[in-house]
Amino acid sequence: MNALAAIFMRDIRLAVRVGGGGGIGVLFFLIVVVLMPFAIGPDMALLGRIGPAILWLGALLASLLTLERLFAADHEDGSLDLILMSDTPLELAVAAKALAHWLTTGLPLVIAVPLLGLFMNLDGHASAAVALTLLAGTPALTFIGLIGAALSVALRRGGLLLAVLVLPLTIPVLVFGVSASNAAIVGPLPFGTPFTILCALTLTSVVIGIFAAAAALRHGME
Amino acid sequence: MRLEGVALACIRGGREVFAGLEFSVGGGEALLVTGRNGAGKSTLLRLVAGLVRPAGGRLSLSDGDPERSIAEQAHYLGHLDALKPSLTVGENLRFWMRYLASAKPAEGAEYTALAAVGLGALTELPAAYLSAGQRRRLSIARLLAVKRPIWLLDEPTSALDRDAQDMLADLMRAHLSGGGIIAAATHGPIGLDRARELQLGAIRPGIRPGTPP
Amino acid sequence: MALIDLANPSRFLALAERLLPYLIGLTVFALAAGLYLASGAPDDYQQGATVKIMFIHVPSAWLSMLVWGVMSVAALGTLVWRHPLADVAAKAAAPIGAAFTLICLVTGSLWGRPMWGTYWVWDARLTSVLVLFLMYLGVIALWRTVDDPSRAGRAAAILTLVGAINIPIIKWSVDWWNTLHQPASVVKLGGPAIHPTILVPLLTMAVAFALLFFTLHVAAMRNEILRRRVRSLMLLKAQIAPGSEA
Repeated sequence: MNALAAIFMRDIRLAVRVGGGGGIGVLFFLIVVVLMPFAIGPDMALLGRIGPAILWLGALLASLLTLERLFAADHEDGSLDLILMSDTPLELAVAAKALAHWLTTGLPLVIAVPLLGLFMNLDGHASAAVALTLLAGTPALTFIGLIGAALSVALRRGGLLLAVLVLPLTIPVLVFGVSASNAAIVGPLPFGTPFTILCALTLTSVVIGIFAAAAALRHGME
Repeated sequence: MRLEGVALACIRGGREVFAGLEFSVGGGEALLVTGRNGAGKSTLLRLVAGLVRPAGGRLSLSDGDPERSIAEQAHYLGHLDALKPSLTVGENLRFWMRYLASAKPAEGAEYTALAAVGLGALTELPAAYLSAGQRRRLSIARLLAVKRPIWLLDEPTSALDRDAQDMLADLMRAHLSGGGIIAAATHGPIGLDRARELQLGAIRPGIRPGTPP
Repeated sequence: MALIDLANPSRFLALAERLLPYLIGLTVFALAAGLYLASGAPDDYQQGATVKIMFIHVPSAWLSMLVWGVMSVAALGTLVWRHPLADVAAKAAAPIGAAFTLICLVTGSLWGRPMWGTYWVWDARLTSVLVLFLMYLGVIALWRTVDDPSRAGRAAAILTLVGAINIPIIKWSVDWWNTLHQPASVVKLGGPAIHPTILVPLLTMAVAFALLFFTLHVAAMRNEILRRRVRSLMLLKAQIAPGSEA
């Protein structure tokens, strides 16, 4: 337990000192969201209708791009070798790192939603709905992305490979996340149905992500 | 305690790096792994460290801790230093102490290890400011701060100046006299006079690997 | 003391220490004068008292562009003339410029809300300011990412100059984008006609904001120089310790 707390705190400390604690992720989120109206047009009514979708896509891309360094940094400086030589199971170490990543990247995105909702002409109620679905869904994005991050480190290819591998796997999360947001805003589906499915997806991805990522790291060490 | 490898074979990148390799090194003994570049010195060390899977053969450790794998009882000092530039020297070492040790390290235990490698004055300095030799010293401090019986050292004297090489030799001798095992890959002498040599990549009739030179 | 002496960080620090109390006093006086005059200006017949936000909104818009201009001159100083304090000036100016841009956005949003019903519309001018804000954040992110100050300075200088060229292009395309979708009867965030009772407070606030920038900039440059000194000391500490190969 002490070892897990150690790697968790280390990753949080690194994220705060190097990345400004998720600042760059939120900045990217902001830029993606601002970019959309330039392509779509400043029609506030339209933006309000697709606002939840735009916010979800922005959060998805922002989560993904920050995941790339999750294992790459440890692999490049030789820390991963030593982590493998400890009696702490790799699965738990991976889980601790993923949790630290979500707290410093996913959670700031959720907190940024009320502000970004203003740009999308979402009122308080709508923003809260989107924020809640992102709170339930961003852990899924982190833990699914974990798999791609582990594979791309082991295979020694970067960035875009991770995105190509992971994006299809995130489609269910995206579908139910946006669906739950829209259900809360306009109905007619009750919010609970897609939201519980979203939560189930998150829990499943936590388990699958941890085991798949650990396996990928082990096999990639050769 | 005895670390033994029997009929070890390893394939990397489709190429057979070595086959039929045998070695034996006991507590208090050191094994120097020599050979030209590409002969598989690093690969052998990484194999013992559990980071590379053997294509054949067997590794065994007798009189060690039966609950733990060989890798969990070994330190690996590779080419990379496993340090984070944005953490301080003390924070870097303290992290590895908490992560690799089986019990919670004593408060301030990192200072003893850092002092022993000459970095005592730099504990609060961000590791980004260290030179290559100082980073190596920090890695060596890790070996002192967490007690493990087997030391796997890959060219440990590279990047070290004269003083640091002498310091490392003293530390290695102390480890051996405490009953520890050292396996070091090296191109030249590293200050251990009575060590066995395992020469990789050479076929010399009449010489069995693992015999004293 | 010639201008060239300012190139020496120590002399700059000494000068900054002497000047700062006067600068702070002058800024406070100018802000007080500007706010007093602004409160005395007449209300708009349509918007009421909220029009007075203009006295903060417009000068901060001017400052947000002025600061990018200052950064651009500093960028030329780094790349072309190799002035030693140029990148310090650029790094110190960026957060201040971002702050002015943010004030412009927030005041613009608050000003427009009674008319629009929401806190934000994709109005051409506000959107341009938002893009400028993002570019400021980008430069700040670049400064933070590169460790070595002089490399960071050169990279930021290139980005600043590219931005300076791009900002008019972006503004033009945002205007064009806005007219594509513009329904006929949208209320725009136009300023009222420039009347002397408006002009004097406006210019006073502009001067006050400029003084505010100057004061903050000098203080920030001083802090940055001190920060770099700490960094040099840490490097020195590592160099005199064993194993440094120095």
